[in-house]
This record gives sequence, C-alpha cells and structure tokens, in this order.
Amino acid sequence: MYTTKEYKVKEEASEIESPWVPIPYKVTSKKMENRKLMTFAFEPARQKRIEPIKPGQFNMLYAFGVGEIPISVSSLFQTEHKLVHTIQDVGAVSHAINGLSINDNLGIRGPFGTCWPIENARGKDLIIMAGGVGLCPLRPVIETVMNKRDQFGDVNVLYGTRNPDGIIYHEDIIYWQSDPSVNLLITVDHAFSKWHGNVGVVTHLVNKAKFDPENTVAFVCGPEVMMRFGAYALLEHGISDENIFVSMERNMKCAIGFCGHCQYGPHFICKDGAVFNFNSIKPHLKIHEL
Amino acid sequence: MKSIKDLLNELSFFEDLSDDMLEFIAGCGQNMHFSANEYVGKENDSADYLFVIRSGKIAVQLQHPVKGQLTIRTLHEGEIAGFSWIIPPYRLQFDLKALEHTSVVALNGTCVRKKCEEDHTLGYLLMKHSASVMNKRLTDTRIQLLDVYNQRV
Repeated sequence: MYTTKEYKVKEEASEIESPWVPIPYKVTSKKMENRKLMTFAFEPARQKRIEPIKPGQFNMLYAFGVGEIPISVSSLFQTEHKLVHTIQDVGAVSHAINGLSINDNLGIRGPFGTCWPIENARGKDLIIMAGGVGLCPLRPVIETVMNKRDQFGDVNVLYGTRNPDGIIYHEDIIYWQSDPSVNLLITVDHAFSKWHGNVGVVTHLVNKAKFDPENTVAFVCGPEVMMRFGAYALLEHGISDENIFVSMERNMKCAIGFCGHCQYGPHFICKDGAVFNFNSIKPHLKIHEL
Repeated sequence: MKSIKDLLNELSFFEDLSDDMLEFIAGCGQNMHFSANEYVGKENDSADYLFVIRSGKIAVQLQHPVKGQLTIRTLHEGEIAGFSWIIPPYRLQFDLKALEHTSVVALNGTCVRKKCEEDHTLGYLLMKHSASVMNKRLTDTRIQLLDVYNQRV
C-alpha cells in the first residue's frame, strides 16, 4: 500500500491509473450514421492512454464542463491506440460530444464492465441479435468472428430497426452480406418507400436462422423489451438460457460499482455487466421500475 | 412434380392433419404464381383464398393517404397469407403484394369452409392452427406498437 503522498507522486508519474481521472483524447474522425447517431474515432491527446478495450466493454466519455456518459466500444478495427464509439444524440453530454470537431479534446475513463464471451462461443453456432443501436456494442463481436470465421459454426446476424432509415453501418452490412458464410438477416418494424426487405419484429428472424440449439451461443443487444422477447424466442427454439447473453443499460455514473446509480437487483450494471448471462438477469427483467 | 397434397404435407400448418384430411383439403387447392410487384389481393376484395407460400415473399400493406404504401409485415416460404377467408364477411383487410416472384398453393376459401362444415375435426384442427398463427402475429404487432427503437437503448 502507498501513503496518500506516495500515491499522488506515483499517480502524477503515471505509474498508477486512477479510475476516476479521465485521460485526454482527441477526435481523429467523425462519421454520421444517421440523423442522431455519430461514430467517432479517438486517439490519445498525449502519451497516456487507457488499457485495450474488449467487445462489450464501455468507456466513460467526458465532455469537458458538461458531464460524462457510458458508451460501449463500437469497433475494434482501428489501430490499437484508437478508440471507436458510436454516440446517439439523446442528452446534454451526448449532444456536446456529437458537436465535437476533428482535433477537439474529451476525457475518457475505462475500459469498464464485462465483455461478450466470444471465447465460449468457439466451435459453436452463433446468433447475434441486435435491435436499433444495439448493433453498436455487437459490431466488435461480428468483426472478431469474421476475422476468425473458421473457429465458429454457423453465424447468424439478426438485425432489427424501426424503419429502413434506422439502419446503420451500411458499409459493414454490405461487407457482411457479401460473405456467404454469414447469415445476415435484416428486418424493420414498418416501412414506407420502396423497401423490399423483411418487415416484422426481429424475434421473428430466429425462425430463419441456421443453428443447432444444443450447440449455440446467442448475444442479444437492444431495447430491454426487445431483448426480453428476443430471449424468449431463442428459448422457444431450444437454446439454453445459460447460452444467451444480453447487454443491459442503466444510468452509470462512477462505472466502478461505488455510487449505486446503475444498481439492478443484486447487480451493478457497470461492474457485473453490462454483458450478463440471461440466466442471471431474467428474474429481474419483469420487475416494474427496477 | 409434387402434388398439392405433397406440398401441403411439408408444412407445419397442416402437420396434425391425417392423410385423408390432407387429400380432402388438397382438392380445394391450386398452384398460383405472382410476379414481383403484382398484387395477390387488395384490401376489401373478396377473400377467396388461403395462400400457402411455397417460395418468394408477400408484403402485407396498408395504404396511407399521404405517405403511400405502408408495409406492416412480410411473409415468406412456409407461411400463410390471408385469414379473411375464414372470418365473415370474407373480405381482405389489407393489400397483399408479391415483392418478388412468388409461388403459392391457393386453397379456395369457400371450398375449405364447406369441407370444415362437413368434417368438424378437420375444421377444429384448421381453426386451432389458424388461431395459433394469428396469435403470434398479434403478439408481434403489439411489440411493434411499443415502438421500442424510438427510445434510448
């Protein structure tokens, strides 16, 4: 143990990383996904940087003078120092971050939370079910799987959005669709226009997925209602609840299990999640206002 | 070439039906083909058929006065299109439009209803399976009504 004075000296010398202190990063690229959604690449503004992040984990992004928000990593395809996050403009902080320009600075703490258990899925069939912006935390999983495609069985990506305008990551989707070894199915809740794709809820796509229920791992991310019904559909098709993983979302503040803002039953979403085994989370999913 | 009975026999919708019942129902069926963008049926048309999709894709659509055609569901291989044949006044509630070249087995509604009246066991099985499909579609519609993607995740 260090004395407070020693700790401060070492912290200043960057030997100890405090989980409370954001590290300065700068915006290196910015891409609009749709009207409210922006994908950023950040790289360290100075020498200091956070530890490598894994699929499913999140960082706390700090807009100076405005506040902090938890955002999952949305790609791992950049060079190792870069971080990619996709941010939906829904509040003061996300609005401030989405307003940043190239070379503007922000603070980043992390990485925090659990990751998608991709290692457990090796040799098995995979169902990746995403709803709306739930595709963002799952994109690193798809990237990892496609990078090591021969290590997995049948791979199904089931993606649902509100309407065709809600579809994001167009370039990735075209790339995934071009790979015959990936069964990518997209549906929208309703569609005007000349959309000739599927219309209906994303859970319905499970009927068209190719998998052996005894040997399948499923990763589900999206609005909580969608994840609940998604998990029910997977269970109905014979996948064990121990092989279903969901990513939960709550108002995270400290991100290290101290403040209790993200408490969910006996769990802290920031520390015990955000990725949970469905078996451990299902008793709480239907509790009103939890 | 497969007979209508063989085609029906491959579908889970008809799985509980005995051989005789399938034979009976197949007598009401015929193969039909629709080109891409061709209407299988239009809202308020007489619901003459129960369509069993063999291949292709059918959109269930509703005309919006300003925005045009709203697709609320797409139906694919192995699915059933059109339940209005079984419920008076036997009129289609929505437009049914083939989105690509689509082949169906079309069971004549009047003929099937007549056979269901003659054989109540057959009628019960068909109603039971129809109710199950309609229940699933109602559940899906209720989830769609929640508009879950219009919120923060």
